Amino acid sequence: MAECHPVGFQWVMEARLRGAKVFHIDPRFSRTSAAVDRYLPIRAGSDIVLLGALINHVLTHGLDFREYVLAYTNAATIINAEFLDTEDLDGLFSGYDPETGRYDPSSWAYEGDVEQVRTLSEGGLAHAQAAGSDSYGARGPGASARPPADPTLRHPRCVYQILRRHFSRYTPERVEELCGISRERFAELAEAITASSGRERTTAWVYSVGWTQHTTGVQFIRAASILQLLLGNMGRPGGGILSLRGHANIQGSTDVPTLFNLLPGYIAMPNAHRHAGLNDYLEREGADTGFWGNRRAYTVSLLKAWWGEAATEENDFCFGHLPRLTGDHGHYATVMGQIDGTVKGYFVIGENPAVGSANGRAQRLGLANLDWLVVRDLTLVETATFWQDAPEIETGELRTEEIGTEVFFLPAASHVEKEGTFTNTQRLLQWREKALDPPGDCRSDLWFFYHLGRRIRDRLTDDEIDRPVRELTWDYPEEGPYRDPSAEAVLREIGGTGPDGRALSHLGRLRPDGSTRCGCWIYCGVYADEVNQAARRRPREEQSWVAPEWGWAWPANRRILYNRASADPEGRPWSERKRYVWWDQARGAWTGPDVPDFEEDKPPDYDPPEGAKAEAALRGTDPFIMQSDGKGWLYVPSGLSDGPLPVHYEPHESPVRNTLYRTQANPARRIFHRPDNPYNPPLSPRFPYVFTTSRLTEHHTAGGMSRTLPYLTELQPEPFCEVSPQLAAEVGLVNGGWATIVTARAAVEMRVLVTERVRPLRLRGTTVHQVVLPYHWGYRGLVTGDVVNDLIPFVLDPNVFIQESKSGTCDVLPGRRPRGTALLELIERYRHG
Amino acid sequence: MAERMGFFTDTSICIGCKACEVACKEWNDVPDDGFVFRATSYDNTGALGADTWRHVAFIEQDGRWLMSSDVCKHCTHAACLDVCPTGALFRTEFDTVVVQSDVCNGCGYCVPACPYGVIDRRERDGRAWKCTLCYDRLRGGLEPACAKACPTDSIRFGPLDELRARAAERVERLHADGVTEARLYGESPDNGVGGTGAFFLLLDEPETYGLPPDPVVTTRDLPAMWRWAGGAALALAAGVAACFLRRT
Amino acid sequence: MPKRRDEMVPDAGFRSYYGQPVIKAPVWHEPHMPVYLYLGGMSGAASMIAAMARVTGHDRLALAARMAAAAGAGVGSVFLITELGRPERFLNMLRLFKPSSPMSVGSWTLAAHGGLTAIGAASAVTGVLPAIGDAATAASAVTGPVMAAYTAVLLADTAVPAWHEAMRELPFLFTGSALASAGAALMLTTPRTAAGPARAVAVAGAAAETAAGMLMARRLGLAGEPYRLGRAGRLMRASRMLTLGGGLLATMAGRSRALTALSGLAITAGALCTRFGVLEAGRASAADPKYTVVPQRRRVAAGDLASVPGRCRPATKP
Ligand SMILES: Nc1nc2c(c(=O)[nH]1)N[C@H]1C(S)=C(S)[C@@H](COP(=O)(O)OP(=O)(O)OC[C@H]3O[C@@H](n4cnc5c(=O)[nH]c(N)nc54)[C@H](O)[C@@H]3O)O[C@H]1N2
Ligand SMILES: Nc1nc2c(c(=O)[nH]1)N[C@H]1C(S)=C(S)[C@@H](COP(=O)(O)OP(=O)(O)OC[C@H]3O[C@@H](n4cnc5c(=O)[nH]c(N)nc54)[C@H](O)[C@@H]3O)O[C@H]1N2
Ligand code: SF4
Ligand code: SF4
Ligand code: SF4
Ligand code: SF4
Ligand code: SF4
Ligand SMILES: [Mo]
Repeated sequence: MAECHPVGFQWVMEARLRGAKVFHIDPRFSRTSAAVDRYLPIRAGSDIVLLGALINHVLTHGLDFREYVLAYTNAATIINAEFLDTEDLDGLFSGYDPETGRYDPSSWAYEGDVEQVRTLSEGGLAHAQAAGSDSYGARGPGASARPPADPTLRHPRCVYQILRRHFSRYTPERVEELCGISRERFAELAEAITASSGRERTTAWVYSVGWTQHTTGVQFIRAASILQLLLGNMGRPGGGILSLRGHANIQGSTDVPTLFNLLPGYIAMPNAHRHAGLNDYLEREGADTGFWGNRRAYTVSLLKAWWGEAATEENDFCFGHLPRLTGDHGHYATVMGQIDGTVKGYFVIGENPAVGSANGRAQRLGLANLDWLVVRDLTLVETATFWQDAPEIETGELRTEEIGTEVFFLPAASHVEKEGTFTNTQRLLQWREKALDPPGDCRSDLWFFYHLGRRIRDRLTDDEIDRPVRELTWDYPEEGPYRDPSAEAVLREIGGTGPDGRALSHLGRLRPDGSTRCGCWIYCGVYADEVNQAARRRPREEQSWVAPEWGWAWPANRRILYNRASADPEGRPWSERKRYVWWDQARGAWTGPDVPDFEEDKPPDYDPPEGAKAEAALRGTDPFIMQSDGKGWLYVPSGLSDGPLPVHYEPHESPVRNTLYRTQANPARRIFHRPDNPYNPPLSPRFPYVFTTSRLTEHHTAGGMSRTLPYLTELQPEPFCEVSPQLAAEVGLVNGGWATIVTARAAVEMRVLVTERVRPLRLRGTTVHQVVLPYHWGYRGLVTGDVVNDLIPFVLDPNVFIQESKSGTCDVLPGRRPRGTALLELIERYRHG
Repeated sequence: MAERMGFFTDTSICIGCKACEVACKEWNDVPDDGFVFRATSYDNTGALGADTWRHVAFIEQDGRWLMSSDVCKHCTHAACLDVCPTGALFRTEFDTVVVQSDVCNGCGYCVPACPYGVIDRRERDGRAWKCTLCYDRLRGGLEPACAKACPTDSIRFGPLDELRARAAERVERLHADGVTEARLYGESPDNGVGGTGAFFLLLDEPETYGLPPDPVVTTRDLPAMWRWAGGAALALAAGVAACFLRRT
Repeated sequence: MPKRRDEMVPDAGFRSYYGQPVIKAPVWHEPHMPVYLYLGGMSGAASMIAAMARVTGHDRLALAARMAAAAGAGVGSVFLITELGRPERFLNMLRLFKPSSPMSVGSWTLAAHGGLTAIGAASAVTGVLPAIGDAATAASAVTGPVMAAYTAVLLADTAVPAWHEAMRELPFLFTGSALASAGAALMLTTPRTAAGPARAVAVAGAAAETAAGMLMARRLGLAGEPYRLGRAGRLMRASRMLTLGGGLLATMAGRSRALTALSGLAITAGALCTRFGVLEAGRASAADPKYTVVPQRRRVAAGDLASVPGRCRPATKP
């Protein structure tokens, strides 16, 4: 966090000054490790063992926050009898199809829900085929609001008992054996987090891509969620699981998404095979209880924002105009499509996949096989110049003259050269003013899309096929000499307007009848009172410590989600120290320094009437209002592709055998057996070392914004690998010299930094050496270097399709790599052993 | 004269982000220092110099990684200023030491005079450069760029007296927490340079960070030097005279 | 206390930051600075000789000495100015007179001395205004010794250990060397018969230079090490041999013009070597953090911290 979120890290330093104890769990001793109380080196990809052992520790020692767990989680809920756990199937859950490598999740449902789930998800399996898990999110179809439960937690099929059994094999011994963390250190961590949880205290977990870029990435976070729910650390100040986001506006670009399978506000993208019309879509895409029960209002308001007057009740509000999914259209699928010739054109907007994405060689081969490529960036990044200076030109695999791709490079305005919002890590929208005009031909991305759309519309015919684009509302006011569309007008559209055309104040005002328009329902209210709420900058001295008037947080300017959980079931703060949002009996309302994440006037003793829908179906004691049952899910009955509970599987490429189960790696992971994507065999002596990739404070991601600046380049001028003195001695590396890292995909060279910060891990009986590779360099910029991502294959988490770039295997050779065809020969030798 | 302003750099909370280095260069338009991979931990700018006015040192030790942002000390008795023949180096109303680049003729004398190895001559333009304690910003009522950029407040800027009091508290607190190796460096007005305007809280001996353990302003000994030189000059005169007188 | 890890540092006797220097080495270039030091010293001593020669009636010698003094100061100034990072701003040296800056004192001295010797030489060559020429020469007998000695302060008044620690011996080394250089220069430019006093000066200077050099090496301890090692050591040894040899030769050269010339050249070369050697030793002592850290650390260990008596609050130690 100090390394990649230094500005945010100041608050961790502040917390330490106030007595917080901070642990850092990371394979690499980074700047963060240097500034905390305890650093725990861990083997990359083994965190579920550690988290599982912490869960087991809490459960076996009865350290859970029982009142919280009983009232607010699904611990008591009973799971149907068809469900079989990894305990029963040695590492597999029920529903696995070895043919397709996919799960049918219907057997994971709550007692009584199986049939309905099975019907709505068309036999269950279908949902997993086309990025299904994302289209459900945490709102599985047909899950009931009041499933059978056993408040004594004794029922053998209640979640609590399933959890106990499931995690019983996650012991401190396994932590020692698989993570490389000693029992003493584990005990210290377990003691610290349990001591700092409960009524008076909270513990927060903070993660970023060290937890996500794994074939089990989603389950890493799930494991942390279970722990936090058991300890009562959700929805309370100082608690939670804080996902530190990436690019300054990456949160914004998931909310109003650049993701293929989501519409704004985490609304599922319709599927060509599953969704006929709007009603069918809405019925299948989630439960009717909890806040997702209002999804018709969200979806219709979105369609109205896009198609305006053309969207009517009669024509399904133009639902038919939306594009449809036919399968996986994620980044990696697209690249493989390029290589295979099915993808002909490509827009790359603010991304540098030739350097930043896994299997760099495949990325570039894909680019070289296009008809046209548009790159919009601040500088000529590698993705725009691959035809000239890609490493494949040097090896002779590509020849400039033979590349047919027509490349259009369009210079982009940077964030200081345009106005707009950033949505950051804590869902806070902050308005940025434009500081100066963009130079030369640089234009904002908003300008680009708006004018591209305008020009396309100019060329449209009356033909039916052009209708969806013709009928779009595309009417932003233009400003300035370059006719920039007004960014505030866009924000206002996103924030929503009512029947009177005035900006909406709150998402509760959204209607399913087409009378409201809203570009992203969770952002509804960001333009309340016709004021750009994101632009508020009232100093913290002038407001409460929660600072609600600094920017605007979605939804409804809430700073902590699910904050109903900061009060006990009766609505009283769990403790005075930790009071945050509570029930004010006199006023008959929830109150506190933050906006309550609950219907303001729903009393704690509210009991829903039979047949109630949406939020009205949840009790006054159900804080997790987005879930169909209002509970924090210790066990996830639907929505995940690889199981309802986290399981430790080894990374796809690992030198270590999974000693917990016979199943070595995540059985549902996405693998692609293709000649351009060869894998290192697991447990292969040819690739004995573990490598992990990471960032440096001095550079930014694929480097287009840092390798081009002398002040940053001088701070870390060359790619390097961090190795322990022991590994250096074993392989023959010298500090300041060169090393070559080899996988089945590539061999890359880098300078050597020998450091005791990297420690060989003693697992039981063996030593695992880890190599740390910052990945910021490429073949352009003030300094150049090999692309670390060339080492990494396409192998993906099955839920969100993120690549496994945090743990792989490799060999390490002293000295520089061979050039030209000799390089290909070296890799070829490694491929075939 | 305004109050004496300075820096208290608390290295115990530095996270080595180098924002101070970059902010300094941005504000003061300092050129880059070359692209050299030094293999000295995460330090690739090496030392303070004409093109690096803030420098973050990285020291790897068993179990800890020390980081410290170094800067000109703005000495009470500044050797650089004392020896500057042109008056290019001067003391400002904030009691800081600043080079006027239009006056400096590049004689280079300040360079070996500084007991901390701070000021340096930039060969490209022949002038001596170092931290100005952001004189222009101070005059405009702003805090220095490096302090402003520091996310952890490792660099604190303010009236020196306040900083000294704060530093003393901080050391006490660290000692109470068992960090007995914490110590202040440079803050004592009794030291060899009469106290520094930029002082530090260190977690190890100064030399570990590349700082001199007991620096002295060289001009302290200047009277003695002139006496010896006077003696030598007289001896020369006498010698010559003797050679002639012996002959005649 | 945690262990330290200083693998990069070869010398385990002290701690440093990756073996990097603590102070900055002088930025002065070769040959400019050492040659200037030589010329300035030579000129200073020569002006003294000129004055004495004039007083004692050695007119031929006086003429040569005046010329040498003027040439040394003139050419020296050129070397000094080209050494500046911005020669065009040389005159900023004379913006103010700053006693705390030996370079300021030196610049004024050089300006005065250069002017006086120039007048002396011009008058002697042209025969114009002889009284003024004599007066200028007489006055340069005051600036001359300062010229020869101030450069020692110039070097000593730095943080460079090999120089600062040598603050007592350097002036004698430099004035001795200046005597030797001037004597040698005059031996080379004056007919033998007229050069008697110059020979004596050369021999005396050579003796003084050698003595001061040996004393310095003996007394300086660790800070003297750079004068013995590496390139500086070789230069200093060469200087010793040339100076001693040249001095001895001067006493024995008798009537031989060749031997006299050889002796003059040897002494001159020795004096140059001294300046190059001293400069190089300074550089070496600045480059190795040992010379800065070890003595300071010893002071700290002994509780004998440096302070600035009389310049700040009451010092802890006198
Ligand atoms: N200076 C700077 N800041 C940045 C960025 C940048 O490039 N430079 N990028 C931004 C972006 S896009 C993002 S996504 C974020 C990313 O921010 P971070 O996630 O903090 O970045 P990384 O360095 O990639 O990975 C974090 C750590 O995860 C560790 N790690 C690897 N594998 C494992 C594992 O299995 N378990 C555990 N516990 N740790 C593991 C790595 O050693 C590394 O230290 O940073 C953002 N901020
Ligand atoms: N091995 C390995 N690979 C990784 C990761 C890892 O940890 N390890 N991390 C992954 C992660 S989390 C990320 S986010 C990716 C990042 O990978 P990329 O997104 O491919 O890399 P960036 O360098 O961030 O590319 C962003 C580009 O946007 C440009 N840009 C900036 N502002 C604007 C703008 O306003 N408009 C336009 N049009 N362009 C702009 C920048 O100049 C820059 O070139 O890398 C991923 N790859
Ligand atoms: S670069 Fe921006 S987003 Fe990243 S830490 Fe610095 S201030 Fe925060
Ligand atoms: S540290 Fe050096 S450069 Fe800075 S004021 Fe002191 S003597 Fe001058
Ligand atoms: S280099 Fe410039 S600042 Fe330094 S002493 Fe000479 S004139 Fe003064
Ligand atoms: S005070 Fe100003 S000049 Fe000095 S280091 Fe900080 S930013 Fe640079
Ligand atoms: S900005 Fe602050 S925290 Fe960052 S390196 Fe500089 S002093 Fe350290
Ligand atoms: Mo990211």
